[in-house]
Parts: sequence; C-alpha cells; structure tokens
Amino acid sequence: MNIGANGKILTLDRVNVFFNQFHAVKNISMTIASGGSYGLVGESGSGKSTLLRAIMGAVPTDKGVVTIAGKPLPRRRPKAFYRDVQMVFQDPYGSLHPRQTVDRLLQEPLAIHGLADGERRIRKALDDVGLGGGFRFRHAHQLSGGQRQRVAIARALILEPKILLLDEPTSALDASVQAEVLNLLNEVRRERNLTYLMVSHDLAVIHHMCDRLMIMQNGCAVEELAADELAAGEAHNGYTQDLLKASEGFAR
Amino acid sequence: METLKLPAGEAAPCSLLQVENLRVSYPTRTGFTEVVRGVTLSIGRERVAIVGESGSGKSQTGRAVMGLTPPHARVSAQALRFADIDLLAAPERERRRLRGGRIAMILQDPKYSLNPVMSIGWQIVETLRTHKNVGVKEGRERAMDMLAAVKIRDPHRVFDLYPHEVSGGMGQRAMIAMMLIADPELMIADEPTSALDVTVRLEVLKILDELVSNRGMGLIFISHDLRLVSAFCDRIIVMYAGRVVEELAASDLAHAQHPYTQGLLNCLPKIGGRQTPLSVLDRKAEWAE
Repeated sequence: MNIGANGKILTLDRVNVFFNQFHAVKNISMTIASGGSYGLVGESGSGKSTLLRAIMGAVPTDKGVVTIAGKPLPRRRPKAFYRDVQMVFQDPYGSLHPRQTVDRLLQEPLAIHGLADGERRIRKALDDVGLGGGFRFRHAHQLSGGQRQRVAIARALILEPKILLLDEPTSALDASVQAEVLNLLNEVRRERNLTYLMVSHDLAVIHHMCDRLMIMQNGCAVEELAADELAAGEAHNGYTQDLLKASEGFAR
Repeated sequence: METLKLPAGEAAPCSLLQVENLRVSYPTRTGFTEVVRGVTLSIGRERVAIVGESGSGKSQTGRAVMGLTPPHARVSAQALRFADIDLLAAPERERRRLRGGRIAMILQDPKYSLNPVMSIGWQIVETLRTHKNVGVKEGRERAMDMLAAVKIRDPHRVFDLYPHEVSGGMGQRAMIAMMLIADPELMIADEPTSALDVTVRLEVLKILDELVSNRGMGLIFISHDLRLVSAFCDRIIVMYAGRVVEELAASDLAHAQHPYTQGLLNCLPKIGGRQTPLSVLDRKAEWAE
C-alpha cells in the first residue's frame, strides 16, 4: 500500500449510515495521518462503533466516500483491503472461537489470505503481544480476559496491517489489566508504525492513546480537537465539557 | 425496620454486619480451591467499598453475605452475623426472608439481572409483596413512587415496559428501585455502574448516593475502580487473592501503604498528566500470603 503524497492514510468524506429509517451516522468526515492515532468518543448509541463497521464494510454506507491511501474504496471491500485494515473488538469473551486453540485462531487469517510463512508469523505475533509460545495450544476459556484480548490483538497483527480499528478494546477489562493492554497497543504502534482509529466512551483512555479525537453524539460529530487542546481545557462544546466532567469522577 | 437513623458518613456504633474469618471454597478436580481466604470485616450504617481485580474474591464475599453461594461450594466463618441473626445457622426460609427484605443486592448488568418476561413495574411490585403485606393497588402506587424516586421521568410509561425496551441506565435505575422498595437496612451493590456509560454512570451514582443517605442504610459497594469509590464511600477495603490487604478511610487514599493499592490507583490514565507507559501492577507472591 502506498501512502498518499499528503501523508493521509484514511479519509472519510461525509459518510452516512442508515438502518431502515434510522439515521445512525450523519455526515461524518475525518482525515487520519499515516502513523497517527485518532479517537472517537461518545455515549452508547452515538454511532461510533457503527462508523468503524462502516469503514470495515460490515454495514453499508449510504452516501459518502471512504478513501484509503488516496484510493476510494468500492462498496464491496476487496480482499487486499483486509490485509491493510484489521479490527479488534470490544469483548474478548465473544470474539474468540471457544472451540479453537490459539494456534488455530491465528492460522485462520493466514489461510484466508494464503500466506506461506505461518509458523514464523504466529511465533512473532505471540511474542509481540507478550504471550510467548506456551499459550499457543490453549483454548480461549483457559485464558484470562487480558490474555484473550492479547490473542485478539495478535490475530489482528498477524497479517501485518497498516491500520488497526479498535472498538473499545479495554472496556471489558479490569483497570489494572487495561493499563497493560494500552501499554501493549502503544508499543506495537511505535514498533510497526501503525495507524490507529480507536473507539471508547472513556475520555481519559482516548486522551492517553490518541493525538486527535472526535466527540460524537446521536450520529453527529459534535467537536473535533487535538488531545493537547482537550487537556488544556480548550473544548468549547457543552457536551464535550460534560464528558470531561464525567471522566473526573463522582463528586458529592 | 429499626428506628436507628444516623447521618450518612458517620460510622455507626452498632455494627450491622459482622464477618469474621470468612472462607469460601469451590470444588475442583484437584480438591477444594479457596477463593475467599479469611476475610474479616464489620459494617455499620456507612458506605464501605470493597475493591480488587477480578478474581480477588470481592463478589464472592458479597454473595456469601447474601446467601447466594451455590450449594456445591463451601462457606465457613467464625462469625457471620447480620444485626442479631447468625446467618450461618439461620434456616433457608429465614435467609430467603432477609434476601431482598433486609439485605438487598444490585447486580452488575441490568440486562441479565431483570426478568425478561415480566414488565419492570410488576417486578418491583412482586419484590414489595414478597416482603411486605401490601395489596396490589397500593403496591402499584408505591412502585410508581419508587420509579419517580430514581428519577425516571415518566413512571407510568416505564411501569409497563419490559427490560429489553429500556436503556442500560434506565434498567439499572429500575433495579435500584426494586432493591430499595422493601426498605432494606443493608445494600450490597456489586459493580452497579460497570456496564454503564461514563455520563450515565454519574447519574446512577448520584441517585444511589441520595437514596442511601436519606434512608440511612448500610452500603457495601463492590468495584474495581478505586478512584470512583474513593469519592463515593467512607471506607475502603482492598482485596487481593481472597484476602484483605489494606483497609483505610477514603480520605486517606493518597497515603495508601500497600503497593497493590498504590498500583490500582496509578494504573488509570488521567487527562492532563499523560504518562507513557502507564504504570502496571507488579504482582508479588507475598501479597497473597
């Protein structure tokens, strides 16, 4: 994949998603620089996960164009697209096949894309997520939540993608395990020069992980700003300020 | 209910719940595994938080107090007393009367803890009529009042809705209404807000805060979020691997002694002070001893 001359790897231009009459995503535009990390924040039902699925081609977009590295994507995503873009889901208890070993889980994407050097890739992917070979022949139920999420990340990394779409990767995990997984994601991004698009309802997590972020509400983009602006208190929108207050925690 | 009423935040002189050396173990292929290993605590009409990671035994402690431990597990304790009732010696009928009546429990996810084939309102009436001698008509009225008390704007509409028709925040408020309607003396809240969005979480906590302080009941708040409970509770009990590793007042949290407590506090990302990488827990074997 050649990155466009302007360094933009992923561009969305006025993307809309409808479910029958319901307008789930309304006119969202964004550009993500190569090697950047972009966050989507909002409450449930704000359309942030739907937007991620629209980029993946899992839900049809009604209007609007998704461009990867300067090339607009067709409605049916080509197979090569999935080598460049991979997704990690929210719930590691639901996203791993319960009757397959870790080894089998990691072989699946290799078989789909017909890659030969499976042995090397599986070893490397497991090492990269800090699991090691001892976990290779275990089933998902023999792993803890954090370990499962590491397997899910390994499965996404095994195709050596350029972009990772992360749909609330830590919200099903304990606070202490969340820190481990977030550190891992940051490390992997630095090593492989990946681009992240991350969804979360936790403003603090997005601020920690991303350079830029977009606040969504009811399918609309409410505000877009840099993480540093958020920390400096330069959020102007009322809803963003509500979220900021909420992330500070409970006050009597 | 006893007429003892204390302002919130003040430790009660008489303890409501007394737990001494509580042990819970489950049978496995290699014999019994202890998940709660000698927990001692005493709770008055105050707010106490039990904090720990998953697997630390915090929920199992709450369930043992409720009497919800499954029959194949073993529960033992030197003392497990609620008010003046010995819970371990109490017959099953008595415990059932306590459950939902004098001790109530809010579970994590309203999606799974509400009855899917019964309307929200009638579930609340059912709880009330199980424990109090109340007619259907009065029960209905009191359920409406309770739904209004948990800040549901249109109780008449919500009364007839089924759990799948409401949002997570609304479901959790209905759950709180259901648990409070029989006027319990002790409430155990097991991760009541973990399944909720950040903004909704605050609303639900505010409602819980108001109701608990107005009614002067004891609250055990089980959570893995140390920062959240430090603002919400008076006292914090930190559990690790089935044991209490530290017990401290919420206001003293900044001076926590145990490395595990400090680790739990430092692992959360904060807006403003960005630190990369986040500090992670370096678990030591001796903490479990």
